[in-house]
Amino acid sequence: MSANSILGKDLTGLEHMTPEQIRLMLDTAEPFKEVSERPIKKVPALRGKTIVNLFFEASTRTRISFEFAEKRLSADTVNVAATGSSVSKGETLVDTARNLEAMRIDMVVIRHGSSGAAEFLGNRIASNVINAGDGKHEHPTQALLDLLTIRDKHGKIAGLKVCLVGDVLHSRVARSNIWGLSKLGAEVAVCGPWTLLPRGIAELGVSVFGRVEEAIEWGADVLNVLRLQLERMEKGFIPSLREYYRVFGVTPERLERAAKPITIMHPGPMNRGVEIDSRVADGPHSVILDQVTNGVAVRMAVLYLLAGGRAELADAAKRGAGGNE
Amino acid sequence: MSPSRPILLQGGRVIDPSRDVDDPADVLIQDGKIAAVGRGIGTPDGAIVRNVTGHVVTPGLVDLHVHLREPGNEDEETVASGARAAAAGGFTAICAMPNTDPVADNQAAVGFIVRQSGRAGLTRVHPVGAVSIGQKGERLAEFGEMVSAGAVAVSDDGKPIVSSHLMRTALEYARTFNIPVADHCEEPTLASSGVMHEGLVSTRLGLKGIPSAAEEIMVARNVLLAELTGGHVHLCHMSARGSVAIIREAKDRGIRVTAEVTPHHLTLTDYACEDYNTQAKMNPPLREAADVAALRGALKDGVIDCIASDHAPHAYDEKEAAFDDAPFGVVGLETAFAVANTELVESGLFTLPELIRRMSTDPARVFHLSGGTLAPDAVADVAVFDITAKWSVDPATFHSKSHNTPFAGRALTGRAVLTIVAGTIAHEL
Repeated sequence: MSANSILGKDLTGLEHMTPEQIRLMLDTAEPFKEVSERPIKKVPALRGKTIVNLFFEASTRTRISFEFAEKRLSADTVNVAATGSSVSKGETLVDTARNLEAMRIDMVVIRHGSSGAAEFLGNRIASNVINAGDGKHEHPTQALLDLLTIRDKHGKIAGLKVCLVGDVLHSRVARSNIWGLSKLGAEVAVCGPWTLLPRGIAELGVSVFGRVEEAIEWGADVLNVLRLQLERMEKGFIPSLREYYRVFGVTPERLERAAKPITIMHPGPMNRGVEIDSRVADGPHSVILDQVTNGVAVRMAVLYLLAGGRAELADAAKRGAGGNE
Repeated sequence: MSPSRPILLQGGRVIDPSRDVDDPADVLIQDGKIAAVGRGIGTPDGAIVRNVTGHVVTPGLVDLHVHLREPGNEDEETVASGARAAAAGGFTAICAMPNTDPVADNQAAVGFIVRQSGRAGLTRVHPVGAVSIGQKGERLAEFGEMVSAGAVAVSDDGKPIVSSHLMRTALEYARTFNIPVADHCEEPTLASSGVMHEGLVSTRLGLKGIPSAAEEIMVARNVLLAELTGGHVHLCHMSARGSVAIIREAKDRGIRVTAEVTPHHLTLTDYACEDYNTQAKMNPPLREAADVAALRGALKDGVIDCIASDHAPHAYDEKEAAFDDAPFGVVGLETAFAVANTELVESGLFTLPELIRRMSTDPARVFHLSGGTLAPDAVADVAVFDITAKWSVDPATFHSKSHNTPFAGRALTGRAVLTIVAGTIAHEL
């Protein structure tokens, strides 16, 4: 029941965030990075806060990242997975939410297969809601950690050329990245087979390429390679994984054409040999593991700010001075 | 019907598109029929007299497309509650689609609707029979027996008729009974699991889109099959500008095609789905401003014959869900006239007689129904509208059992103050 923070009550997406709010989240993540490097990885910023991680879709990386972020801020956390819970017994989303709220929680981190589920929840409960991925809509903390990683690597975001490669149609990561990158002044492109590029995407102000080669010629500084869900082949969007790799895979051979080294990102989990070649994923310009590291810091920052923490106190918070209002 | 007292409507502006009338006149109703229309009609003994000066007297509105949920989901709507809502909206006849539980695919089920309508004694509810048994799209239902029991058309609405062979045979077989085959035009493999119009908004919201082509392909197919068979195809709830072009061309070629459009497709776009507003989730979906403009133009010039509400009641908690999980459909009987009057007439696009024609005379013609006229001796299905009444949509005041409307809170102008069905008052404000 925290008062509206500087970010508002919930973080459901980046579309309606201001550039200042996005920068604030990134800046607040900086001091939290160091917490994870300590022998005792804990600060008391969210001591006494109760957080529920409500995952209606399977997730390993995102859920663990949130859980680490919560625990390192000293929050009490409960994980609810869709299987084995009342959810699988036909309970509606709104009933699940009301029951959680009745147990007097402070925050909910939700992942759900339906676009808009986080907003739906946020509009119905007083607790803070953080979107950990809703359908094909947004995955804001993933985009924030991507932004932080780009900023770490290049020292800036404005003016860079960033291309999202692959299954943009079904990707919440792509949508959140488009909003975040655009708001911070990057030039954004999307690239993939036309079957996996959504209608109207160019109207979001991005360049659209049908081939990876075109994105490289465009002068991309960063390629953010999206995961290809294997079910896309079964549903007929692409003929085969083999051909996908041949035509759209990010390979060293394709990257050699670039005039400069291109930073390689991937939100994980990777399909090696499908959307990305192992030599690229493990290569010198890959920042894929930095993304994972930054994920914890970004999520700590978001949790801290939504709980009412003040930006200028972030640094103090990590030293153990608290920071909740 | 028991003999009822005569009704004299004095001093109104009488609009009767069936005879191109738009004049101040009195209307006298006797024995369930229009007895006289003219100035200075004397008051018969025992007559109910209503001074309707300043109001508009029209043939009652006719809605070719409503979903009542009886039998099966009487918590959402019954024949009686639907008829009550219709009367409140100025409708004197509505056509109930057969997608109930069980489906109205036989004479007993069709006869049940007729009997429930009679018991309610309000707006006439005409049943529409199913095209196929169980609306499964496989075997033809018994059109002849259903027509004998009161069916005025056949449709598998709610579902498209996927098989072109079934559509062909339905159109051919329906010729015997001179009834239209009404189709929900949707190519299912293109529309597959889509929840809104495919375009910029669906891309932003991350929702699966239904492209306009899913409708246009079936509109084109139906037109071709109507041409092949000589049958009458009626195209339900048109939503896409491409469909309009196909219908226009078909009518120019003399093919027996008619079409309807809903008040919401004439006034709202896919932007109404912003914030995952499930009250704007309907099938076909709300499309773009250019589609709205094309639909308005087509209704104006008669390429689209009439307005139909596609009244689709749903329980409140069904719409209280993630957008993907909410059912399609909105209620419309109690807002249809006011939405159309506000958006089409007040805006200057239509004259009031043009609107009444598209909501009464023309739909009655399309399904061969009585009504739609104030000609002497016609059935006394009459509506009186206060076309200056300003009101704000409050779903809690609906007579319908369901409140799922995208127009909640909207300021509208015009409402029915008196609805007369077969010479009996069914609604009076």
